Amino acid sequence: MSDVVEKTLTALPSLLSLDSHPGSAKLSSTSKLGNLIRGITELTSKHEEEKLIQHELLAIKEQVSSPNTTMMKELMVRSIYCEMLGYEASFSYIHAIKLAQQGTVLEKRVGYLAVSLFLNESHELLLLLVNTVLKDLQSTNLIEVCMALTVVSQMFPKDMIPAILPLVEEKLNHPKEIIRRKAVLALYKFYLIAPNQVQHIHNKFRKALCDKDPGVMTASLHIYLQMIQENPEAYKDLTPSFVTILKQVVGGKLPMDFNYHTVPAPWLQIQLLRILSLLGKNDQSTSEVMYEVLDESLQRAEMNHNITYAILYECVKCIYTIHPKSDLLEKAAKCIGNFVLSPKINLKYLGLKALTYVVQQDPKLALQHQMTIIECLDHPDLIIKRETLELLFRITNGQNVTVIVEKMLEFLCISEDDHTTIDLVGKVAELAEKYPLKYNEWFIETMNTVFSLGGDMMQPDIPNSFLKLLSEGFDSVEEDRKLRLFAVNSYIPLLRGEPGKLPQRFLQVISWVLGEYSHLREDLEPAEVLSLLAKLLDMKNSSSETKSWVLMAMTKLCKGGADASVTQEVSETYSSSLDTVLRQRAHELQYLSQDPELRARVLPRGSCGNFAFVSEALAAGAAPYKPPHQRQEELDQSKALSLEPYGLSLPISMSSCSITDRQSPTLLSMSSGLSGDTLKLDGIKRVWGREGYLAQREPVEEAAQVEVPSPIQSPGRQGEGDSLHSQTPTQTPTPEPEQEKQQLASSLFVGLASQSSVSLMGKSEPMPQRFRRKAKGQGLGSSFIANEQISSSLISPPSAVDNLLCNNLLDSNNASELAEQTSQLSQSLTTANGTCHAEAELTESDTKGCNPALRRDNCVVAAGPGPHNDPGRLTEVCLDSYLPAELSGLSHSEIAPLCANQSLNLSACHVQKEDSLILVVFIMNSSESAIQQIPAGEVTSYSVAVGQYSLTVKRPAVHVEVVGTVSYQLPAGTSQSLQFSYKVPLTSFIRPFVVSTEEYGTMWLSFSHDTKQNLTLINDNQEPLTATLNALKKKLQLHVVEVIGMEGIVACRLLQDLPCLMHCRVNAGWLAVWLRSPVPDLPDCLIYHCQRALQSL
Amino acid sequence: MIKAILIFNNHGKPRLSKFYEHYNEDTEQQIIRETFHLVSKRDENVCNFLEGGMLIGGSDYKLIYRHYATLYFVFCVDSSESELGILDLIQVFVETLDKCFENVCELDLIFHVDKVHNILAEMVMGGMVLETNMNEIITQVDAQNKMEKSEFFPFFSFSLSLYRRLSFSLPGRTGRHRPVLQERPLVPYQL
Repeated sequence: MSDVVEKTLTALPSLLSLDSHPGSAKLSSTSKLGNLIRGITELTSKHEEEKLIQHELLAIKEQVSSPNTTMMKELMVRSIYCEMLGYEASFSYIHAIKLAQQGTVLEKRVGYLAVSLFLNESHELLLLLVNTVLKDLQSTNLIEVCMALTVVSQMFPKDMIPAILPLVEEKLNHPKEIIRRKAVLALYKFYLIAPNQVQHIHNKFRKALCDKDPGVMTASLHIYLQMIQENPEAYKDLTPSFVTILKQVVGGKLPMDFNYHTVPAPWLQIQLLRILSLLGKNDQSTSEVMYEVLDESLQRAEMNHNITYAILYECVKCIYTIHPKSDLLEKAAKCIGNFVLSPKINLKYLGLKALTYVVQQDPKLALQHQMTIIECLDHPDLIIKRETLELLFRITNGQNVTVIVEKMLEFLCISEDDHTTIDLVGKVAELAEKYPLKYNEWFIETMNTVFSLGGDMMQPDIPNSFLKLLSEGFDSVEEDRKLRLFAVNSYIPLLRGEPGKLPQRFLQVISWVLGEYSHLREDLEPAEVLSLLAKLLDMKNSSSETKSWVLMAMTKLCKGGADASVTQEVSETYSSSLDTVLRQRAHELQYLSQDPELRARVLPRGSCGNFAFVSEALAAGAAPYKPPHQRQEELDQSKALSLEPYGLSLPISMSSCSITDRQSPTLLSMSSGLSGDTLKLDGIKRVWGREGYLAQREPVEEAAQVEVPSPIQSPGRQGEGDSLHSQTPTQTPTPEPEQEKQQLASSLFVGLASQSSVSLMGKSEPMPQRFRRKAKGQGLGSSFIANEQISSSLISPPSAVDNLLCNNLLDSNNASELAEQTSQLSQSLTTANGTCHAEAELTESDTKGCNPALRRDNCVVAAGPGPHNDPGRLTEVCLDSYLPAELSGLSHSEIAPLCANQSLNLSACHVQKEDSLILVVFIMNSSESAIQQIPAGEVTSYSVAVGQYSLTVKRPAVHVEVVGTVSYQLPAGTSQSLQFSYKVPLTSFIRPFVVSTEEYGTMWLSFSHDTKQNLTLINDNQEPLTATLNALKKKLQLHVVEVIGMEGIVACRLLQDLPCLMHCRVNAGWLAVWLRSPVPDLPDCLIYHCQRALQSL
Repeated sequence: MIKAILIFNNHGKPRLSKFYEHYNEDTEQQIIRETFHLVSKRDENVCNFLEGGMLIGGSDYKLIYRHYATLYFVFCVDSSESELGILDLIQVFVETLDKCFENVCELDLIFHVDKVHNILAEMVMGGMVLETNMNEIITQVDAQNKMEKSEFFPFFSFSLSLYRRLSFSLPGRTGRHRPVLQERPLVPYQL
């Protein structure tokens, strides 16, 4: 191979000599460069190259500094070549500047080129160039002006901009188009490095935008893109202009010169589309101006050239960014489909990117392409694979998190790129933390893998937040204990194995956890832990940071006695360490191990993780801490519409502003508290839906919030719910790998169909109550008062009663005010929390036996002291007797305990009435106090108050969760609150719907949301169809309208009156079911329940 | 914005490097090495986009590259650039080079680094795309060349006609050198 080169190169001089008859200088110069290049090619080692180049540089230096050298230009090219190879030729910088100053046009050009390659904005020599640039800008020679403008836009000292600004400005009026264009770009550069210096010429930018030459106009778009990005509001008035320009471009009004592969000015179109999407974002009226031209762009860009896809991609992104229009969305979705399905890999990549971008608004689209996504997951191209993971990351919910994390970890194992590793490790950790205790063991194991794979490259906040999570714990003490114990259990074998292979960060985490929690494992002797830890100290590759973590852990563990020898030895070793931190720790260890009393005072068990001061600071208005990778994410917003909780950006800050305007300080601090709490940053309103933009819901009707959790499924149970989501019909048996893929698909895309999209978008799926983080500091709980106004004081001292009475009377008198207040509260909840998927209307239920003090919209019935004095024995049976009389005849669900603290016990059940679903909440005072005077409305010791609420579902989901808070006052006067959540299956809201076959027919055609699925038939008797339908009818309260031959039609409604129609047909041993409803998601949810109903038979 | 434009051959030897953002000398070399490392191990049938690369700026940055015969053309851009747009810009660049050098090959780029830079300066200015029309670019470059000629500069003229004859015959190929535009290398050679 190398002799090919050699022959080529040896041929070089002879060829050159033939060619270059006019000047011998050319021969010598080129052959010198040729010699240099040939010399370099012949070398075998880096070292030789270095020697050769140094030699060359010396030669250049010598020639360059000799006076009246005629080969300056050639010498410069040689210096450029050496610099490109990474060898510094700093001696030539000054000569380059001289050349630019004094040379002929040709030399000037090389001089300028060399300067722009050698120097940078902050280089001191650059000041010497300012005068040259000034001179050249004033030159009559266009080439010189162009060169000056080029070098100015490459780099120019910031302080010197005022000196040349007037000259550059002047060039905007230059008759030559190319000069105007370069001047515009130079000004753009100035705008980037010193925006305030060019403020006064903004109107000139407008002039450039209106320039008669399209090239100048194109150049000015760079500036506008930047300025609009920074402040879209200021340029809304330009929207029609941009639209008109785009219309003309798309319509082919530009000269043919601007065509590229018959596409008119594609780069210009791309730029304009980007500008339009920035302008139309969150702005309906502006968006409406551009619908037409977007539609036209989409239609025109149908040719099969690469560049048309570039335009299409921008178009699609724009359509999904601006205020939505349904038919455009449909077309855009089709486009994305074309991208994803394209055999061209670049288009597939962009398709995935587009999907990632839109999946938060339209998760169904991901569902449509699930098989393609699965294929991409196994794609040989790692980039495609990673992009797919990015997409999956955005559709993660509580049900598919384990599968997705598994896929990510798989990828991590094969990834070699540091950047990817860091990024993915961060994402896995984020997911694991977001759905932490769903499966305790899974969480710990995942984090273990993260730590061992991520090594020491990962973001330092990952181990920190992991430890924080462990130490702060969750609401349930038992869960916390289990989690910590599991962590300890998993670390001990790791330390017994080969701890030398573990990354330092992981070792630090391990030693901290062992120090804090190894006492939880009873069969573990502290002495053993100590010796394991001591082993870490002896390892060669342990960093001193790790060692100090280990020493700290040992300090926590040592109890004197038997352990003393180990600690003594260690502390002696390190008390003379050169590292001051280590020495300090060693001394601490030494003293504390000898003085157990002091140790108990200094390091009380469970003292860790006291972050109360953080919440205090937050309550005082401090900005919440954001870890670096979050900040990075925020920077990345343009990459994808960042609706994920960590993208704590504009929407949330806006919503908290509105809260500030209208709400009490408590809520204000609540919102800041929320933003400080990384687990629950779900603050995005749902503004998108299948039918497009969702109008801002009138908050007045939201008196109560019902949250919809994902149906919690253990991994084992996941499968059964899954098949429902896979869209491919399962009729024909599929080949084995195909089936595997489908299985994977169903486990990945579980929950996408049945859940309302918002939960995917914001990943805001609410965790069940026990997984909620403890409300720290100012108490998140207070915000939930909004949900259900059970805020009457249940236990209060007599003195507080009057006050309370007043308040309550005031409330009931001034119902509208209350409603407003409530709505504000709920709205703030919606925005700050973003978790509500369905709202239940809290209607006034009966007010039987109520006391004036409690004449509220919801009635809390105070009952007399219970028959049992021991709260522990107050069982469900006796709660039964508290059921309001008018409900007692109806069937009610099991009375389930909700939550309890030392003074209150909450239980609830739901009762199905014909036209409503009543939630009955039993509030039992289990404390000993407040028995003396009993004004009605208080709940005396061991008595029960009953509240009832009528629930309605606004947005269907598989399960509906009601979240509420009971606020009450203790005798001491301190107000407290108790949160609860209660889950109701959607089926409880389903009622039969009696229609005639004709009515059914007309309705069927008018409903837009549908889903199809094959269900199993019950085959135990002659009439499988009737049997199956009857079973469904019995289980789900459906109404069978008619059965004709092998087909049956069924109807039901969701309370109050949201119909859902079902068409069933027996086909090849399956029951092919087709559901239609005007309500999105209702068919999906219902089919889930049908499936469950049939399975449970 | 375009952050850097790099051209290197199949063996990682840089043929042109232009940074529109300031990095120090060592970082620049590291970027070139890292980019080559990332790009060179990619198969022919994978996508032309690469993400990551710690040095040049992390997650917001993207490498968009094309492989022509012996050369890799890599544009390093941030998220404000359209991926496919840049991909076609590379094509425009190479086609322009091909027109200016007539069947451009790697050697043209080595010996005329300055000229390649000048062509590039007409396309991309300070990191912004200035001109995408090939004819326009050539007109501009020609205009400059003419200016220089009119100064009667005696040697090393930039006239295209002179350079046209600067061709290298390779063994096994008749007369003409292998054009860069060919997407697959036929006879890999080393320089």
